[in-house]
Amino acid sequence: MGNKGLSSVEELEGLRKEILSKRRPDKPVITVCTGTACQTYGSLEIYQKLADQIKKQGLEGAVVEAKATGCHGFCEQGPVVVIFPQEICYVKVKLEDIPEIVSATLDQGRVIERLLYEDPVTGEKITKDPDIPFYKNQMRLVFGNNRYINPSEIDDYIALGGYSALSKALFKMTPEQVLEEIKKSNLRGRGGGGFPTGIKWETTRNAPGEIKYVIVNADEGDPGAYMDRSLLEGNPHSVLEGLIIGAYAIGSSQGFVYVRQEYPLAVSNLNVALKQAKEYGLLGENILGSGFDFDVKVHRGAGAFVSGESSALMTAIEGKVGEPRPKYIRTAVKGIWDRPSNLNNVETWATVPLIINNGADWFRGIGTEGSKGTKIFSLVGKVNNTGLVEVPMGMTLREIIFNIGGGIRDGKKFKAVQTGGPSGGVIPEKFIDLPVDFDELSKAGSMMGSGGMIVMDEDTCMVDTARYFLNFLANESCGKCVPCREGIKQMLDILTDITEGRGEKKDIELLEEVAATVKDFSLCALGTTAPNPVLSTLKYFRDEYLAHIEQKRCPAYVCKPLISYYIDPEKCQACMICLRQCPVGAISGGKNQIHVIDQTKCTKCNTCFEVCPPRFSAVRRLSGEPVPPPVKDRVLVRRKG
Amino acid sequence: MTTDEISRIDQIIDKYKGEEGILIQLLLDIQQELNWIPREVAERISQRLNIPQSQIYRVASFYTAMSLTPRGRHLVSVCMGTACHVRGSPRLLDRITDILKIQPGETSTDRRYTLNTVNCLGCCAMGPVVVVDGVYHSKPSTTDLREILESAE
Repeated sequence: MGNKGLSSVEELEGLRKEILSKRRPDKPVITVCTGTACQTYGSLEIYQKLADQIKKQGLEGAVVEAKATGCHGFCEQGPVVVIFPQEICYVKVKLEDIPEIVSATLDQGRVIERLLYEDPVTGEKITKDPDIPFYKNQMRLVFGNNRYINPSEIDDYIALGGYSALSKALFKMTPEQVLEEIKKSNLRGRGGGGFPTGIKWETTRNAPGEIKYVIVNADEGDPGAYMDRSLLEGNPHSVLEGLIIGAYAIGSSQGFVYVRQEYPLAVSNLNVALKQAKEYGLLGENILGSGFDFDVKVHRGAGAFVSGESSALMTAIEGKVGEPRPKYIRTAVKGIWDRPSNLNNVETWATVPLIINNGADWFRGIGTEGSKGTKIFSLVGKVNNTGLVEVPMGMTLREIIFNIGGGIRDGKKFKAVQTGGPSGGVIPEKFIDLPVDFDELSKAGSMMGSGGMIVMDEDTCMVDTARYFLNFLANESCGKCVPCREGIKQMLDILTDITEGRGEKKDIELLEEVAATVKDFSLCALGTTAPNPVLSTLKYFRDEYLAHIEQKRCPAYVCKPLISYYIDPEKCQACMICLRQCPVGAISGGKNQIHVIDQTKCTKCNTCFEVCPPRFSAVRRLSGEPVPPPVKDRVLVRRKG
Repeated sequence: MTTDEISRIDQIIDKYKGEEGILIQLLLDIQQELNWIPREVAERISQRLNIPQSQIYRVASFYTAMSLTPRGRHLVSVCMGTACHVRGSPRLLDRITDILKIQPGETSTDRRYTLNTVNCLGCCAMGPVVVVDGVYHSKPSTTDLREILESAE
């Protein structure tokens, strides 16, 4: 144990006071979001340059502090820089903006207009991030602290009241009381199923056996969902604190974090957090002098979607192939090495300290009748503001997609939103006012899942979407049980036929029949929910299936075998742009000679459609109709001007 | 394998000796060290830790992060997450297969590139995304792609 080993509540509170006394609330702190998305935009270099520049101008130490934080959630506008205490928010910051930020804003207190977020609707420049509609309409209870915290500094977490819920649980509550509080709060699992967390804990607590395990499921596999990663990367101690409290309530002294190896930053930040918590006496033997022992091991997942299923995940922790097993006896009773094991998702664990600190009644005051609290969604796809949003349960899809998400990109028309990942379904426009919670989403034929929300517009083909998910699931099915392995494959084959123009009318009926079998007879949730993308698209977009089957037409111009590209001879200005960029040389023509696409060479890569200048819009996509024959004598176009 | 490689492998194995349920973690470390899991290594693990080779191969063939064939010098990963999909990742992948003349999961004959697909990298705002040797590229055009790939020697 390091020299900071805290052995009582008083010592923890003393340390907190000491940390706070060294921090002056009026001292400017400039934070740079270094979540994965911002990092890919170069935010690490920005942070480094900022720190260097501050030093160069002699502002470091007492005057200004630069801090690299976890994900702020506004990924669309990255890299994001926020200056406290004024909360001045700069978006899409570039390396060359740094000297000006330091000299103008940090040194002279002047706001740089150019770097502010501009409201696309009103055109107004917004200075403070809480006033930006994307943030303003959220309720950031679990995710909000990310913007203040350097994830590799435990002191930052403690300064914000971190580990006070743990000390309250350990010294003012019995394990039974902690359990009762979580049960009373009606917290439901954030990983997908929405099972009541308190009841799960109780099952493991009451299961026979001395040794019990608690597990963080950070095998975030749903494509398009990345909230767990951002929490684990940006505020690892909040997850850890929840886990330790849970272990105390359940009576476990060994925890595991199962995290995808595709998330290297989450793995490294987590390892740093574990090390610091141990040094501080918040993890290990005799935590805070309470007599309670608890330790945590990190297990990296090796890239298998099915291993996020609870029984499969536990098998993987045992070092074996992560395949599900029948759950006649639940993993809460017989999990890792047949011992009682309680598994919760990252977000669920991070919610626990809030409930312990503020009480179950406070938590029950947020959300809907059946779903309490807030939920983080990853709002992605064809939406203007891609990012992570935390809202109270029960907020409508319209509020999330339009008020927070800023509506659909490029002025296109909203078509549907897909929730729940590969196990979920699509929700069409007519349900845009649906309040989002566990039960309402299920009623609409989808599910909450881990919180992915993929927005789709008129250019998204629903048959292709169903095929996409089935292809994903066919690859990820472990193959252990026949209905899942063969059923998904058959559904995928039928969908492929439909998208490639070989669909027949009887296919829809056959799809529904296979779907019912897969749903009823698969071993684990991967299989039993696999038909959802097919069934929900069939339910709401049957006309698109029929267009593909009967007219061999893809209304969204996505399914390649059903579309062709054609250059309108009336509109073509023979500008040579598409001709030069066509990767297969399928376009003929020349200067002052209208261009023609050779349909036998065209690979339908969409390049010509993308590069044709919008003022000409000569390249057209056709579907369900023949391509007009090329004009016999190529007309020379008289160039304007 | 060179003696140097053998001693590096032994060091990794020693790190896990005597612990329960370590096979996946051990193989991940070896994958990271050598970029693939050669047959000799599987044999060595089997001997030193008394784990049947069948079990080692079962794990190594199940997980996508482990490769039983040598990988190329440059790894090209195309994100096929849902957000990237609706933003056109299938077209991006087509363009890359056109340029590299290999399909996902394959390595070029000169071992210059390995192409694979991944299910969501969690940077959906940039989609469609391709990662070349750890560097993320957002919505690259055909011309961008040629430059990016050709610059990886």
